[in-house]
Amino acid sequence: MDPVILPNIPKLHTIDVYEANGGYKAFKKSIGMAPEAVTDEVKKSNLRGRGGACFPTGLKWTFMPKKTDKPKYLCVNGDESEPGTFKDRQIFESNPHLLLEGTLVACYAMGITTAFIYIRGEYGKWIRMVEKALDDARTRGYVGKNILGSEFSAEIIVHKGAGAYICGEESALMNSLEGERGYPRIKPPFPAQYGLWGCPTTINNVETLSNVPCIINNGWDWYSKIGAPKHPGPILVGVSGHVNHPGVFEMPTGVPLLEIIHKYAGGVPGNKAIKAVIPGGSSTPILRGDQLEGVSMDADSMKAAGSAVGTAGLIVMDEDTDLLAVLARIAKFYHHESCGQCTPCREGTGWLEKVLNRFVRGEGRGEDIDLLMDIANNIEGNTICALGDAAAWPVQSMIRRFRDEFEKRVGAHPVKEEAA
Amino acid sequence: MLTPQNLQRIENLKKSYPHSQALVLPVLWIAQEQYGFISQDTMKEVAALLKLPFGHILGVVTFYTMYHTKPVGRNHIEVCTNVSCMIRGSQKIVRELEEKLGIKMGETSNDGAWTLSEVECMGACGGAPMCAIGEEYYENLTPEGVERMIESASKRKVGA
Repeated sequence: MDPVILPNIPKLHTIDVYEANGGYKAFKKSIGMAPEAVTDEVKKSNLRGRGGACFPTGLKWTFMPKKTDKPKYLCVNGDESEPGTFKDRQIFESNPHLLLEGTLVACYAMGITTAFIYIRGEYGKWIRMVEKALDDARTRGYVGKNILGSEFSAEIIVHKGAGAYICGEESALMNSLEGERGYPRIKPPFPAQYGLWGCPTTINNVETLSNVPCIINNGWDWYSKIGAPKHPGPILVGVSGHVNHPGVFEMPTGVPLLEIIHKYAGGVPGNKAIKAVIPGGSSTPILRGDQLEGVSMDADSMKAAGSAVGTAGLIVMDEDTDLLAVLARIAKFYHHESCGQCTPCREGTGWLEKVLNRFVRGEGRGEDIDLLMDIANNIEGNTICALGDAAAWPVQSMIRRFRDEFEKRVGAHPVKEEAA
Repeated sequence: MLTPQNLQRIENLKKSYPHSQALVLPVLWIAQEQYGFISQDTMKEVAALLKLPFGHILGVVTFYTMYHTKPVGRNHIEVCTNVSCMIRGSQKIVRELEEKLGIKMGETSNDGAWTLSEVECMGACGGAPMCAIGEEYYENLTPEGVERMIESASKRKVGA
């Protein structure tokens, strides 16, 4: 299929080129439809969130109350911080108007008049690109009061984060936007009932909203036939690690991982064997390289293989990779990013890091393998948000699939620094 | 004190948010831009400006990694050492940087020109190993390329 999220059109980031290529057509079409019909179109398309959870987007939109005295808000999640994930940045850079158009359609469908695009602070350069696109869209009358002479008004505000992985969690993002520490909230109540400032709020990922215009333009039927039937549509897969051509590739869902690695990303340097892959960002369970046959980039296939699509940030590791050093690094990350509210996560992520570093130093003890599993099991499911799970899954999956790697390192001599 | 221009920027921002507390992050960004870092006095200034307790501002500043409570070098090098960068040799980049700049990770050079920090994933895994100097991303780094990068960064105007 031809790419629709990141088509290869020079200067598509400018409003002139975007409009010349059918830009804002979906938005114009939407405001001629009933809002419910727009939501229905997205619902029937089977679009599922691209931020990691694969939740059906149209269904999420229907959770918003139709009648309420309170203002309603849309949060666009551009906090993109999951290690191995770098796809939303590509949208900010190459196709920011697509994101704005999807945002406007979502606002119209849900009767929302204010949307906040929350972008991680490290993306300063890309924040300015989105702001420029927003200024241009406003100048052309797509944003503001009585848009294009209609009854519909919507304002979009770009909000800069300040360095905290946890703010990609939807309720932490809302707290951060409210000027608080980025602490996740206990759910329920869910954002559609009690979101920003206690008002009904929907949070969608950047790539998710960028999928909306093509659904409106071509219809749900067209969209639902792209890729994997239960998880359809184009998907941006970011491939990094040991591949010849790392990068972000747009493809239909359901492409086999081996095809992604060998055809899209040019294979493994030196034709080395693949030892392991992390398929969808650092929190998704690791898969063995010798068990990738038949596994593809869609929710069902990934689930069957014992992992998840996550953010589709695929990290490839060749046969020479020190997997325990990788796991220790992942553990360090989650320890650093734990917000500290829940004891199992705050303490457990630190314990995981310490015990894993023992293995990296060659000082692991036989009982440490079960200890790691025990700590991970006691974090998973026992915290307010999914960061605890995200810290537990890599450890659990590594022990299940690469137990020999741990056993080899019990009481072994210290590994050389080079190995890392 | 925040400059009149910055106070005006803050005033303009108020229109975008239904509650002024939402201005905490944007105002801290403006303050850091002006002062270079956020001291206790700056936190007090921001607290007074937004009519919030000092403790609230302190809590926010210390939660987010991008607010600096101490001065940083004119060139702030942030090296990613997370998985994608690590398996493509970020450790060698770190060693090279430490050697060339004569400072260790987390330190600032005596002349205040350089600060070297280890950071978590910056969303440039396709260009691993990478680092950022200010807002500029440097991707596909090699140990040999580090010296060139330092040179070109030192020629850039401060804040550019």
